[in-house]
Amino acid sequence: MAAQTRMTPDEKREALFAAWMSTEGKPFASPEVAQTYQRRVQRIKDILQRKKPDQVPSMLLIGAFMAEYAGISQADIMYDYVKGPEAVLKFHQDFQPEYQVVLTYPGRAYDRVGYTLYRWPGSAIPSQALPPHISFQMVEGEYMSANEYDALIADPDGFCLRVFIPRVCKALEGFQLLPTFYTVTEMPFLTFLLGVSGAPPVQQAFQAFLEAVQLTGECLAAYGRATDQLVTQYGIPSFFGGFTKAPFDFLGDTLRGTRGVMLDLHRWPTKVLAAVERLTPIAIQMGLQASALGQHPIVFIPLHKGADGFMSREQFLKFYWPTLKATILGLIEGGAVPFLFVEGSYDERLDLIAESGLPAGTTMWLFDRTDMQNVKKFFGSWACFGGNVPGALFYAGTPQEMEDYVRGLVETVGQDGGFFLAPGIVLDHARPENIHTFLRAARAYGKY
Amino acid sequence: MSKEVLIQALADMREEEAVGLARQMVESGADPLDILDATRAAMDIVGQRYEKGEYFLPELLLAGEMLSQISEMVKPLLAKTQAAKREGKVLIGTVAGDIHDIGKNIVVFMLDANGFEVLDLGVDVPVQKFVEAVKEFQPQVVGLSGFLTLAFDAMKETIQALDAAGLRDKVKVMIGGGSVDEHVRAYTGADAWGRDAMAAVNLAKQWIGG
Repeated sequence: MAAQTRMTPDEKREALFAAWMSTEGKPFASPEVAQTYQRRVQRIKDILQRKKPDQVPSMLLIGAFMAEYAGISQADIMYDYVKGPEAVLKFHQDFQPEYQVVLTYPGRAYDRVGYTLYRWPGSAIPSQALPPHISFQMVEGEYMSANEYDALIADPDGFCLRVFIPRVCKALEGFQLLPTFYTVTEMPFLTFLLGVSGAPPVQQAFQAFLEAVQLTGECLAAYGRATDQLVTQYGIPSFFGGFTKAPFDFLGDTLRGTRGVMLDLHRWPTKVLAAVERLTPIAIQMGLQASALGQHPIVFIPLHKGADGFMSREQFLKFYWPTLKATILGLIEGGAVPFLFVEGSYDERLDLIAESGLPAGTTMWLFDRTDMQNVKKFFGSWACFGGNVPGALFYAGTPQEMEDYVRGLVETVGQDGGFFLAPGIVLDHARPENIHTFLRAARAYGKY
Repeated sequence: MSKEVLIQALADMREEEAVGLARQMVESGADPLDILDATRAAMDIVGQRYEKGEYFLPELLLAGEMLSQISEMVKPLLAKTQAAKREGKVLIGTVAGDIHDIGKNIVVFMLDANGFEVLDLGVDVPVQKFVEAVKEFQPQVVGLSGFLTLAFDAMKETIQALDAAGLRDKVKVMIGGGSVDEHVRAYTGADAWGRDAMAAVNLAKQWIGG
């Protein structure tokens, strides 16, 4: 640990890449599979540094399609830990993508904590349950009221534990009663903490939490066997090591909600700024912790409320970007590679970001609808980028259109390296032949 | 005089001033239709600034907030006089299986602010409910909203159901939300698609007039 803190950010990132690429503890089926695996990790390392690998890597973010393709329901993915992992295996066996992005959703654990922030198929709360073939969806709402800004700013972790969690996890309501954990600093105070925690609602909350932990463990183990197999049998590296969000999105997505946070920009701008600043170290820590645990550098950051159309350039520069930039720099400092998923478009942001002085060769950007010529113009000299194959093309396009689109991207914005191919969205619905065509075209036209 | 000031305060997002001014006007016995005229004129400016890229979601949402606060004040007085003139009818909803409503709500507000009579069926609206509502409400325009890609199929099914019920040629159908684009429009059989709330307003104006 002491040795690690003395490492420079570049050395830390090297070490995380080395751990990701390492064959140790990965019983590969053959030396060829191990080579495939390492070559794929190397390509990411190359494009991060704006180099040309042997070929353009391609990656897929798969959502509801995983179950749909296997012929199981979206509820099965969350509740059936035999069928779910089989669907993961089937998808990767049939399509042979170069990387895997498998997220796990332990439905029974979410049920056990009484999570109400999302609705999903199979939910134990009948009024919350969606039909089996419909994928989970977030429930927009104002989960934190405007007059709670001061409480959030004063103690973000305490606010989360005692106010937000009881609001969105019905079985954890007892956490409202928890004293501060600083009671641990004196023996008699500790007695107070443990004594108060003896109240039935607190005990029930801890009980529910513990059971949810166990239910999650079962789910993770079952899916982990499948994802490990993808590594060792097919040499398919896992793409992400961690995740976090822009501080503004922590506030806007599920605390204040879209409507609330947007009104706040006019009504209480200074509170919004103070809140996002307080959330920044938490955003950094969330990303670094997962990355360190998984010994994997890439940290996934989906970007939401700062997109074109959501706010003006001035508002972006004032409310959204400074703390996102601080988060990005904090992750880089910790050796991680921020992977920013720009949902919607950033045509009105590219120049602002390019001018903000992020270090070259340290970030990856996945674009959705942003004009890729502009991306190349503003990001080409310092960042790795990709994406932009339209979700609608996977769903409603022809294989010929798909092939032309992939070829066009490689030839017009990917020709100098630092580039990867990917859809601009998470694929929920797609024609299988279009996914095959996407991957085939990436291999055919992506050779350098 | 105060009407002009109200228009400017609303258009410039000065919430306290605008709402206070409207309250003063109500209390001093101003014609409620005058106040509504002012909000209408202010919303025109807001719409123009949105189209020009000067205003974004925070301003649209705040405009909606100010408008609803003022409507609440004016409504009790208005019942005695007459309802504001409406340009035409738009039926709208988020299609079956999708529960996203932020984008749809902004479209509803902008259509309403631009003088259209809007019936909002809410989220996760079954195909048959759209068909029934078209029969009863008799809109000129139907707006189908959806954020998820699964909404594409629900949009297509909704439009097919309108066709099967013999209603397709009586309405224009516009779609929007998420990754909707020209591919999706062609796939679903809608008449047009739009990227934002002003696109919806412009389509409705183009189809209905006003």
